[in-house]
Amino acid sequence: MVLRTDNTVSAAGATGAAGSGGRIMLAHGGGGQLTDSLIAQTILPRLGNDVLRDLLDAAIMEGGSERLALTIDGYVVQPWRFPGGDIGRLAVSGTVNDLAVCGARPVGLALGMIVCEGFAVGDLDGILRSVAETAAEAGVSVVTGDTKVVGRDQGDGIYLTTAGVGVVRRGLRLHPDQVRPGDVLIINGPIAEHGLAVMLARQMPDMSIAVRSDVSPLSRMIERVLEAVPDDVVFMRDPTRGGLAGAAADLAARSGLRVVLEETAIPVSRAARHAAEMLGIDVLDVANEGKVLIVARPGAAERVLAVLREDRYGAGAAVIGRVEEARDGICELRTLLGGRRIVQKPYGEQLPRIC
Amino acid sequence: MSRTPAECGEALGRLRAAAAALGRAVRFMEVCGTHTVSAFRCGLHSVMPENVTLLSGPGCPVCVTAQGEIDLLIDLALRGDVTLCTYGDMMRVTGSSGSLEKARGRGADVRVVYSPMDALALAAARPDRQVVFAAVGFETTAPGTAITVLEARRRGIGNFSVLASHKLVMPAMLALLESGRINVQGFLCPGHVSVITGSEVYRPIVERYGLPCVVAGFEPLQMALGLALLAEMVRDGRPALENVYRQAVSADGNRRAQQVLREVFEPADTTWRGLGTVPASALVLREEFAPFDARRRFHLLQRHVPEPPGCRCGEVIMGVCTPAQCRLFATVCNPTNPVGPCMVSSEGTCQAWFKYRRTTEAQAAQERGGIAAMETGGTRRAPGSARDGV
Repeated sequence: MVLRTDNTVSAAGATGAAGSGGRIMLAHGGGGQLTDSLIAQTILPRLGNDVLRDLLDAAIMEGGSERLALTIDGYVVQPWRFPGGDIGRLAVSGTVNDLAVCGARPVGLALGMIVCEGFAVGDLDGILRSVAETAAEAGVSVVTGDTKVVGRDQGDGIYLTTAGVGVVRRGLRLHPDQVRPGDVLIINGPIAEHGLAVMLARQMPDMSIAVRSDVSPLSRMIERVLEAVPDDVVFMRDPTRGGLAGAAADLAARSGLRVVLEETAIPVSRAARHAAEMLGIDVLDVANEGKVLIVARPGAAERVLAVLREDRYGAGAAVIGRVEEARDGICELRTLLGGRRIVQKPYGEQLPRIC
Repeated sequence: MSRTPAECGEALGRLRAAAAALGRAVRFMEVCGTHTVSAFRCGLHSVMPENVTLLSGPGCPVCVTAQGEIDLLIDLALRGDVTLCTYGDMMRVTGSSGSLEKARGRGADVRVVYSPMDALALAAARPDRQVVFAAVGFETTAPGTAITVLEARRRGIGNFSVLASHKLVMPAMLALLESGRINVQGFLCPGHVSVITGSEVYRPIVERYGLPCVVAGFEPLQMALGLALLAEMVRDGRPALENVYRQAVSADGNRRAQQVLREVFEPADTTWRGLGTVPASALVLREEFAPFDARRRFHLLQRHVPEPPGCRCGEVIMGVCTPAQCRLFATVCNPTNPVGPCMVSSEGTCQAWFKYRRTTEAQAAQERGGIAAMETGGTRRAPGSARDGV
């Protein structure tokens, strides 16, 4: 993907956000409003161009007779192994999913590793096994790479960067400007599991809570959806950092339409709900790494759901919202009380409550 | 606890029936940041009867922490020998010069912890560092601090100390009532705090001020039920103390926690942002725990810092004005660049309004106009007023 700096944990970008005092804060890497302002105020002024400014999950470029998708992501997750996965599975899934949601079939991955002095070779081998297995599952290979080792005091454990190239399905153009009133929002299963699993593993390693990361490569499942309804999927996002709230609020802002989510329709496991309540955070704000938010024409909803539910990563698929007429670019949640409230992109780093 | 829409609908039905029978406007107040956030998250305000308003009182511990105290934390964090441990909510609170989050960006060693025991473990592991825990919160978090101080003494961990800013809810509620500045007809009493204090502590509000009190949890159903009971008691002219959160809150509370609090802390007067000095509303370490008191260890002197010009957080906390009535709200004050304390914490009233209720800045301005009209005797629900939510 373009210009994201990390997954769920800590990261850095550059300076420039209002009120930052000229220094990078962890929240600048949180994938929320502060990350957006960093991109807008610091990165785009230097690097902006027509492709980059689209800020899609992957850049789409003409490559001879094909359209190519290119994406890159850095992975700094701590701990590097967490319930449900590890940094290797994450690095492949994140990049593959960024290509897939742009309608591209991944054709090759590049893997950069920064390993800290003292890291166990056995652990590195385990991570590489995980990379290989996940890539095989997605039907893609790591075709080039780079390895650097830094001193103990320069980093923490291991960081991975994966870039991916994909070929975009012919005739397909997934873009927020394709979205129309009446379109439906579909998700392939319960949300918030990756972010919660990592937060709990990091902050409360002794707590036994049954939340496992959903990290998984979705490219094959998404390809089957596109084969089934090639003309009726209009846009897709993988709701990673910033969660479903970030993806849905972005969709509203970029389409200029009202997006309505139905709280009672959004799948959330009991364990994830309890963990989020304990930490005082909103499940909508929490990162996913094995979810895709699909915007489809209403007539195709049943077909999309059926295809998703045939897949191991789509058993919990559900229609969770719709696009409405109002041209205000707002995302709204209809709550189980029958009330309404705004859904905004989270601010930055997720901070637990104190009472 | 049930989350079914049917039961919520039933509770809301009772609230609507009582409100209709009342035939006049009533205002209730919650004094718990978790209630504030829960009400906004579940869209409670948008389904309440037009003549019932739920105000947010001084229930967010971060919001009521005086700016001078934040300054002390930042100064401490910027000392080279100190590792400052804090709950996450404190990271973005602005003192007179920046926040802990920004201090961390400048190189200060600031760690977010989930429990004071994590800070103590860090102190034990790093005897070369002075580890200070920023002890903020109401009766809910104070027992954890007390137990950690006892544990530090038992284990003789000399490089650990706490900067205690704990506050007590009940003195603040009484101070609000005594001030004569608030106009509320009942209280939705906090859930977590009451687990420790017990529900009986609110009895004086019923007996002395004739106002109904309901202790409620945080689920939409609990809050809706709490409001329904309050409205019914006002309708019937029979104020009482009710508890709909019996699965967690008893009449007497958690005696063991209360005893630990008495052992480690003693009450003291303290400044609440927005309320001023409230007698016997803080918990400070007793003399025998002086070695673990960061104020004494580092000879800290708290300065009085005036509130930022134009900021109406004090009135928001008192429930005498809504965020949208503040000229700074959503114009220069927002969660990325908070001016006042209520915009800083995720449980602050202003941030909750900004996050869940504001639509556009134009609408925020419209809300200001609408509410101004409402307060000056205009219609209660002007088009696009805050009560319309989104």
